Amino acid sequence: MMKIAVIILQLVLFIVFAPFLSGLIAKIKNNVRMRRGPSVFQPYYNLAKLFSKGQAVSETASWIFKVTPFVVFSSMFAAAMFIPVFIFSTSAHYLGDFLAVIFIFSLGRFFLALAALDTGSSFGGMGSSREMFISSLAEPVFCLVIFTLFLQFGSTDIAAFSGIHPLSASSVVAATALFLVTIAETSRIPVDNQETHLELTMIHEAMVLEYSGRSLALLEMAAYVKQMIFFFLVAQIIFPIAAPGLSGLIPSVLWILWYSARIIIVAALAALVEISVAKMRLFRVADFLGFAFILGIIAVVCAILGV
Amino acid sequence: MRFFSFYRGYAVKMINIPLKQFFLFDPLSLFFLSVIFVVSLPAAVYSVGYLRGGYSSAKITLSWFLFFVFILSMALVVTVSNALVFLVFWEIMSLVSYFLVVFDTNHERSVQAGMIYIVMTHIGTAFLTAAFLLMYKHANSFDFLAIKNACQTMPAQTRNIIFILLLIGFGTKAGIVPLHLWLPYAHPQAPSHISSLMSGVMIKTAIYGLIRFVMFILGVDSSWWGILILILAVISCLVGVIYALMEHDLKRLLAYHSVENIGIILLGVGLAMFFLSVNMPYLAVFSLIAGLYHLINHAIFKGLLFLCAGSVYKAAGTRDIEKLGGLIKKMPQTAVCFLIGAMAISALPPLNGFVSEWLTLQAFFLGAANAAGGAKLFLGLCAAMLALTSGLAAACFVKAFGITFLAQPRSRYAENAREVSLSMKAGMFFLAALTIVFGLAAAGIMKLLAKAAGAATGIDTGSMSFSLNNFILSPQVSRNTYLSTPLLALALAALGIAGFGIYMAFGRQKAIACKTWDCGYYKLSPRNEYTATAFSKPLRIAFSFFLLPYRKTRKIRESFYLVKSFTYETHTTQVFKKYIYDPALALVLKSAKSLRRMQPGSIHLYIGYIFITVLLLIIFMRKF
Repeated sequence: MMKIAVIILQLVLFIVFAPFLSGLIAKIKNNVRMRRGPSVFQPYYNLAKLFSKGQAVSETASWIFKVTPFVVFSSMFAAAMFIPVFIFSTSAHYLGDFLAVIFIFSLGRFFLALAALDTGSSFGGMGSSREMFISSLAEPVFCLVIFTLFLQFGSTDIAAFSGIHPLSASSVVAATALFLVTIAETSRIPVDNQETHLELTMIHEAMVLEYSGRSLALLEMAAYVKQMIFFFLVAQIIFPIAAPGLSGLIPSVLWILWYSARIIIVAALAALVEISVAKMRLFRVADFLGFAFILGIIAVVCAILGV
Repeated sequence: MRFFSFYRGYAVKMINIPLKQFFLFDPLSLFFLSVIFVVSLPAAVYSVGYLRGGYSSAKITLSWFLFFVFILSMALVVTVSNALVFLVFWEIMSLVSYFLVVFDTNHERSVQAGMIYIVMTHIGTAFLTAAFLLMYKHANSFDFLAIKNACQTMPAQTRNIIFILLLIGFGTKAGIVPLHLWLPYAHPQAPSHISSLMSGVMIKTAIYGLIRFVMFILGVDSSWWGILILILAVISCLVGVIYALMEHDLKRLLAYHSVENIGIILLGVGLAMFFLSVNMPYLAVFSLIAGLYHLINHAIFKGLLFLCAGSVYKAAGTRDIEKLGGLIKKMPQTAVCFLIGAMAISALPPLNGFVSEWLTLQAFFLGAANAAGGAKLFLGLCAAMLALTSGLAAACFVKAFGITFLAQPRSRYAENAREVSLSMKAGMFFLAALTIVFGLAAAGIMKLLAKAAGAATGIDTGSMSFSLNNFILSPQVSRNTYLSTPLLALALAALGIAGFGIYMAFGRQKAIACKTWDCGYYKLSPRNEYTATAFSKPLRIAFSFFLLPYRKTRKIRESFYLVKSFTYETHTTQVFKKYIYDPALALVLKSAKSLRRMQPGSIHLYIGYIFITVLLLIIFMRKF
């Protein structure tokens, strides 16, 4: 019972904090561009707005379209259960390990890509095709990153994070590879652009184009959670951090501050990448992820050499 | 009279031979028997509805006869204990399946596919015969156990030759790249319940042969055997799935996925061989369990997918997915079954394909933990390629399901489709249910598979544990790794319900039905929908170094400014066919042509041939 309570608490914390990261990234981007930009809480306002609005459903859509928001929501939050983001507990590790997380992500993606085809719009088809293209090339990189962690720790259990050597060469290279995957998976520049609805460039936005109201809100929430999971993974690989000893108030507060600062650093990094590079052509993404794959191999070699 | 008594004595002797001597019912054989029957039962039920209406009653009777001979021959192949008898049943299996491939004789493509199939399969059998004869030379017996004993003392070189012969022979049947050529021709041409048996079961008998003859009889002692199989398996995985992505014929797409999945199965088998050669029994059994698990899973979900494809073909009259679409509304139950199969083959949790791919990945990881430097990298790369394969397979099945079943019908064929009959649905739902059961009951199934894997490798698995408790399966490592599909399914369901709860928490929602956004044109037609060709275009470009795509565009203009019609054509090059098989075939035909000069039709010349032959024979007899 205690374990389930811990898991639920973690998921609630996810819902509360995940949208903040998107707001923060938008704020950083705008400030660097010398604009004021919307508040960091804008994603929350958007969610509130979407939840209170009505919904328009395409006539051509089938039940796949209606069920997809729940499947995507469920798979992203299931993945979040595995990631010990807020509370260092291994309560969810009876369910599965890191490798299972890859497959859980692909469950949500599979349904989202189907729903995009379901309405019969060419935009949806474009998004669906491109998403599956990018994600299938990202999967081997993710696998190599997990393999690197596995070589360091000897298990694919989620507790593996506690065994990472801080700032070892293999961790840093693996984290870099994972950061490139993060850019691709969270639909950020240079792979995708969240801010545009231009049909030639959009990928994730094209898939959710037909969604509105609460269904869209659920999908957005799932996307925020996915982004937070990836940021957390990158942060945790570069700056691994163990559970607090809880020896007094000030150390605990410092621990919590450093804990969240790492994730914010990664988010800021993603924001800086977004404003400093141009979006690349879709077919160049294969080279981009190919580079990430090479980094993954280097990380594995470093891990084998023990550095 | 002497002759007669000799004959009678022989006959009596024949009867006295106990049947047991020819059969082997160890856990490995029983496992393959269960694979055969688990797919053939629903296929038989399905065929009742499938054959009705399409064929004459005589043809249906013939089909039942061939169907049963086919199943019987496969069942005998996996249970006999004598290489010669094995070969006989192997041939019967190949021949009967040939007749089933050309069952629709009115299609020219069936006859052509049958031709390719029968030639390829006989090339494979030739290699097997050579391997068996070499074994016989050492053992002086065709009995499995006698050969097994003789193989202990065989020189390394002979063992290597036998391994290569067996690999080519069984590889042809299994469809390992580059011996896969016949598979995408033959499997789709057979009636669908036969396709499901061929793809689901028949190619698995080749895996049985590989396990039985290489692992069990020959015994693995050099590590390059396993490594060679791993390399071939990775190539099969990638080539199979990339070709499948480019394919628009629903059944051929599935046939290419069989090439891919045979690759995944062989990853487990090859890994097991590798571990056997470096003397790591626990990991060898674990990898073989992963391979066998994927084998039975593939039999189930590929059988299911072929049955669904057959239903689509029966209902819509075409297999070209570019002409389909919107079938989820016309055939809702077939759509659900196909979706379950597609999810399983894309390794989505908590279905069965996920469990076996997870196990295979774990086998690679665990192997890497116990291997030295270079091998670690190799195993890691193999695991990454498996991840790439499963990603591409998911992309392919988004395409296959999305284009076939979703959006609006793209042609009259699809518009007129109706849900299929009850017997067909029964066959499909049975396999769909098994897909879920084999996902959720993973822990128990793994224990059963451990027995089969133990029998195959000759390792006592009694002392090994492959499961923590009834619900949780785990590889035995210092720090335990868990996977529990029932709990995972429960978590997914609970979270889905939670999502629905959040959705409903804000009270009733106004939902209006509207048209799909088409930039305000309000005339969205099926022609606006994304096609399968367009869907796979990014991957066609990414893998253009291998696919060598070729395209032709042609515009017919009324005037410079007005294009009246526009044709776009694109093909990919079949590298293996163009650069290996076509030249080889051309060579064979050319030499046959030059030999034909011997046969000009003149009777005098033929009498001359006979005379010369007799003369030569007389000289031969005199001399030797």
